[in-house]
Amino acid sequence: MEIKWYIGLALALFCTGIVGVLTRRNSIIIFMCIELMLNSVNLLLVAFSKMHAASAVAISNPNVVTDAQIFVFFIMVVAAAEVSVGLAIIVMLYRNTHSVDVNFLNRLKN
Amino acid sequence: MNNVLQMVWLIPVLPLIGFLINGLGRKNLSRSVSGFIGSGTVFLSFLVSVYVFFNVRSGNTHVAHYFDFINVTALKIGFDFQIDQLTSIFLLIITGVGFLIHVYSTSYMHDEEPKDFAKYFAYLNLFVFSMLLLVMGANYVIMFIGWEGVGLCSYLLIGFWFKNTNYNIAAKKAFIMNRIGDLGFLLAVFWLISKVGSVDYHHVFEFVSNTKTNRLTTFDITGITMLLFVGAMGKSAQIPLYTWLPDAMAGPTPVSALIHAATMVTAGIYMIARSNILYTMAPVTQGVVAIVGLSTAILAATIALKQNDIKKVLAYSTVSQLGYMFLALGVGAYTGAVFHVMTHAFFKALLFLGAGSVIHAMGGEQDIRNMGGLKKYMSITHITFLLACLAIAGMPPFSGFFSKDEILAAAFEKNPILWGVGVAGAIMTAFYMFRLYAMTFLGKFRGSHEQEHHLHESPKAMTIPLIILAILSVIGGWIGIPEIFMHGGHRLETFLEPVFAQSNAIAENSHLSHATEYMLMGISVAAALAALVFAWSKFSKYQKVEKEETGIGKVLTNKWYVDELYDAIIVKPLLSIAKYFNNIFEKKGIDGFVNGVGKAVNYGSRQIRLLQTGQVGTYVLMMVLGILIFFIVQLFL
Amino acid sequence: MGITQILFWSLSALALFGAIMVVASKSPVHSILYLIVVFFAISGHYILLNAQFLAIVNIIVYAGAIMVLFLFVVMLMNLNAESEPKKHRMLQFAGLISGGCLFLVLISALSETPQASNLVQMGGGNSGLIKELGKALFTNYVLPFEISSVLFLSAMIGAVVIGKKEK
Repeated sequence: MEIKWYIGLALALFCTGIVGVLTRRNSIIIFMCIELMLNSVNLLLVAFSKMHAASAVAISNPNVVTDAQIFVFFIMVVAAAEVSVGLAIIVMLYRNTHSVDVNFLNRLKN
Repeated sequence: MNNVLQMVWLIPVLPLIGFLINGLGRKNLSRSVSGFIGSGTVFLSFLVSVYVFFNVRSGNTHVAHYFDFINVTALKIGFDFQIDQLTSIFLLIITGVGFLIHVYSTSYMHDEEPKDFAKYFAYLNLFVFSMLLLVMGANYVIMFIGWEGVGLCSYLLIGFWFKNTNYNIAAKKAFIMNRIGDLGFLLAVFWLISKVGSVDYHHVFEFVSNTKTNRLTTFDITGITMLLFVGAMGKSAQIPLYTWLPDAMAGPTPVSALIHAATMVTAGIYMIARSNILYTMAPVTQGVVAIVGLSTAILAATIALKQNDIKKVLAYSTVSQLGYMFLALGVGAYTGAVFHVMTHAFFKALLFLGAGSVIHAMGGEQDIRNMGGLKKYMSITHITFLLACLAIAGMPPFSGFFSKDEILAAAFEKNPILWGVGVAGAIMTAFYMFRLYAMTFLGKFRGSHEQEHHLHESPKAMTIPLIILAILSVIGGWIGIPEIFMHGGHRLETFLEPVFAQSNAIAENSHLSHATEYMLMGISVAAALAALVFAWSKFSKYQKVEKEETGIGKVLTNKWYVDELYDAIIVKPLLSIAKYFNNIFEKKGIDGFVNGVGKAVNYGSRQIRLLQTGQVGTYVLMMVLGILIFFIVQLFL
Repeated sequence: MGITQILFWSLSALALFGAIMVVASKSPVHSILYLIVVFFAISGHYILLNAQFLAIVNIIVYAGAIMVLFLFVVMLMNLNAESEPKKHRMLQFAGLISGGCLFLVLISALSETPQASNLVQMGGGNSGLIKELGKALFTNYVLPFEISSVLFLSAMIGAVVIGKKEK
């Protein structure tokens, strides 16, 4: 498979995530869209690592493929931690405002 | 190589030391100590000057180089002193008369606080230092340093009693008028540097007088001399920059005697006499100098006729006499000008010191209408003042006669009209001087009883300088006796010959016949004598009458309204322009701009703040748009 | 067209469809379910690329743990399509346009690169296996690995502190 298709797929997922963030007001959906974007990036990273596995870069430095996948692993780790804290914040928010609408959070205005 | 004249640095350094001691220690020195230091240092300078004079007289002239003052590529200006005949004459005048006035001041200023007393002597020493620098410098830049120095000291001393606002205004006026002249001087120096590449006297003069190397056009040389003359106008109080000198009488009287009569105001004369060769090469400027000098002489003399302040009369008389000196320079009689500087230094210093003595006795009164009959109270002052009046009126054999006669004779050679006007000035001089004398010393005392009770002869420290100056005023002219009286009698001319040799070689010399010369002398002396007798008889029985001056008398009392004229055509427009700029340009333009920036930021931020909705969605949208623009710019442009 | 290609295209279509439905569906619960579909599709891609470890981790962590957490929260709040806040039409349109523009710009920029047609190793290679990654994780990356456990601990404490009822 050529790398450009992976790029295209990852970008499509990523931009879908962006559109979601821009068009929705539900903070949980926005949060999910962020997870979607993270996953698209993960996919791209893995695709690139496998692209290098087939090229001369991997021969001079065999670790390059493994390292990229380790990065993906750590991204997942951080994402998991982030989700736990983020959801806690949303729950807290809901408890205070009885809504998950981000437009209620306009304290930055003043 | 080690010329004995290399030690001339002592002459200016001694007063400088005096200035430093008096200036720095003014809070700790008693009156007698600071007076002793002030006078003593000048006296030591005088002794060195005498030594230098005899050295120069035996033919030893020298340019002493000490260090490079300015050294920029091709332009080298050394800190050099030039000692020649002209310098040595001026050295004697400055240190000699300066010393006498210092001694006089120790008594005159005795009522001041010790602190102010020391300050006064510090200023006076600084003045002597600057003046010596002015005459000793071997190039125009060193001269300019002294030139500015004396201007500064003049300002400081006019405003010595700085708690009086009027005195401060007078000091400011003197300073500003001098600055106008200084600008001319400075421009002339720049012009010289750009055309000649040097400001050393001997370089410049050789360059100019040597027809082979002379690349200066007539325009150049006329311009340079004119600008130098503008400098002289300011410093030596000539039309149109003369009005500061009468106002400068706000300073203590010895200061008027030293700075505004004997030395500083003659700096312009010295400068032109020093640059004589330049002026000889520029006949147009010479004409201007003569005309300006003569008109100043006449104008100031007419004003002096109607003044009632004893010092004002003397001030206008000084302006008038300076006019004569410029007339002499303008007609090429450089020796005559220097001669008159010397005799004038004697008798005018004497007149001022005499006036100071009178003012001292009168307890500060300066109006001659309130004086009279002082003869019997102050005999020494009276006698010396009378001698000085005779000298300035040009009575033979007093010193003024010889110098004034030489100038008038030279003027006649050039143009009889100049002579005629000059004689008219001399007549007025005799008249107003004897009006002053008669109103002050003759007749009945017109002041209050307390003043009459207080009248006394001044102490010895004041009268001895008066006596010495009186002797000099009488015999000072004898070193310049004209050829027709005594062959080889004009020793000053012989002495100064080397300085003016080049000029004399260029200017054609036609000598008057003896008969003409006798006739000229006779006419001027007779006319002056007539004026003298008329004034004596008219004013010795002067009674105070209260009546408004009318007609020409009123114009003269008000000094031809020159101050008012300057006020109207220069000061007022300048002030209104300044006001305009202050109100319109400053307030609206500059302040408006500065405040406008502040207001614009304030207003703009208030508008931009509306963009801050506080809603996360908008921020994210903006962020995405920003990223989009960033990518487009980065990847496609 | 080999089996790999067929799988690639069908998984891609599934992932995109799921992603669009995540954004488009009204009910948050549906969004979550569609997101799980996306994650499964992406895990399928990982398997195609022979990154078995990541495929498993993706399913366990994302589809298993994280999405369950999301579902849990949504159900806890009793959110449904009716309580869904509506966004302004214009803003939605603007979001859509700018997102699409970003996509077009990036695609057109990246498709020009000379590396665009590089081949990706499909199926082969053992670098994505658990054995290789485990070795790397416990030799070169042992320190970050341990630190990530501290991160989890702090995240847990943070979640507890934030979620605690105010007194």
